[in-house]
Amino acid sequence: MQTVKIVVTGPFNAGKTEFIRSVSEIDVVSTERKISAEAEKVKSTTTVAMDFGRITVDDDLVLYLFGTPGQKRFDFMWEILSEGMLGFVVLVDSSRPETFREARTILETFRAYAPTPYVVAANKQDKEDAWDLEDMRVALRLDSKVKFLPVVATDKEKVKKVLLELLYSILAEMEAGGS
Amino acid sequence: MALRGNLRDFTITQLLNLINLAKKTGTLVIEGPGDFAWVAFREGKLAYAQIGREDNSLAAILQRSSKISAAQYRMIKERASNMTDKELGLLLINAGYLNQSDILDSLQQYFIGVVRRLFTWVEGTFRFEADQLPPSGLIPVRIDLENLIIEGARQLREWEQLQEEIPSLDMALKFMDRPGTNLRNINLSVEEWRVVSYVNPKNTMRQIAQATKMNDLEIRRVIYGLLQAGLVEIVRPGGATLTNQRMFPTTNKEEQKSLVNRLINRIRSI
Repeated sequence: MQTVKIVVTGPFNAGKTEFIRSVSEIDVVSTERKISAEAEKVKSTTTVAMDFGRITVDDDLVLYLFGTPGQKRFDFMWEILSEGMLGFVVLVDSSRPETFREARTILETFRAYAPTPYVVAANKQDKEDAWDLEDMRVALRLDSKVKFLPVVATDKEKVKKVLLELLYSILAEMEAGGS
Repeated sequence: MALRGNLRDFTITQLLNLINLAKKTGTLVIEGPGDFAWVAFREGKLAYAQIGREDNSLAAILQRSSKISAAQYRMIKERASNMTDKELGLLLINAGYLNQSDILDSLQQYFIGVVRRLFTWVEGTFRFEADQLPPSGLIPVRIDLENLIIEGARQLREWEQLQEEIPSLDMALKFMDRPGTNLRNINLSVEEWRVVSYVNPKNTMRQIAQATKMNDLEIRRVIYGLLQAGLVEIVRPGGATLTNQRMFPTTNKEEQKSLVNRLINRIRSI
């Protein structure tokens, strides 16, 4: 059995667990704990180690989806999770501009860990106070060449679109590599 | 217990705060990546500071603060090279060239300048040699550390912010294809020009720092400015290729492509 992995990362409460849950064929193995930090009490629990989802491709191939812990004090896990990934998705909460800077930092950190393709996804685009994609692109300082997609992490079709765009990027990079 | 450690764990500001609060007497020896420094304290107050082999004799300090001319400095070096700083200071005061305040102000400004430079040191080791003070021939000064600590704390916050913006120096820089700023109206500092001259996806930021002799803080500060101006962007270093062996269970390129296509088909069908 061959296995490959894609990492889903982003700031605290960006929607990583929901994103993986939407497409995983198994219940997401999630290591959640009650939140201790006062400043981060936007929700009651958070991922402290990782989320783990699975998509079986065929008898011979399985794709694993790993979600990173969102709280900054668990960032020591990031490098471990990024090892050997095909690519990564950076999820950003469109309605919380105070997290954009952290999202940018996470993006740069993962780019430094591994030179793999990535896409950025603006989650919670269904919320009334969600920022426009173009405004977010400027705020996140994303180059026009970086794939930046709207998503609602609970909507399977939109999550599929994000993962497909990442896989297209991986394929394009392989082809550009002269193979 | 010996006061020694790493600047990554204990910053210069934290060390100054400790020395100030504990009213320590002794010499802090710091070994940075490219240089070393000694900073002496008497009962929690700054008494002396030196970086590397920089000439910090009284004559050199007075010349740097423009209290004496270059010609006077050379003359002192030639004719009074055997005198201690205390003896030279008394000679200059008695001869009416300078007063005591000129000398003490120059020394204080120089030592404060040395400590300010140390704030940019974020790598290296330190040890505190208790009760060890500079030779008796030097002129003693007593500088309160409070203001320096506040300044250092401000710089530490800047460092943390820069680290968040530029977490790794192992990435490279490239000029933006369509910079958001009108290039004709840009004024760059000397440091920025030095960095700009090395901007190339083949050079990592760490290599640029080495080439321009900047430390981690200085290079991040300059690059942050260039990023904010929309002049450059961070890219992976040129020549870095996908580490396919680790990413894929197979090293065969065609099999890898086939694998990605199988993933695409599977996700489409979910």
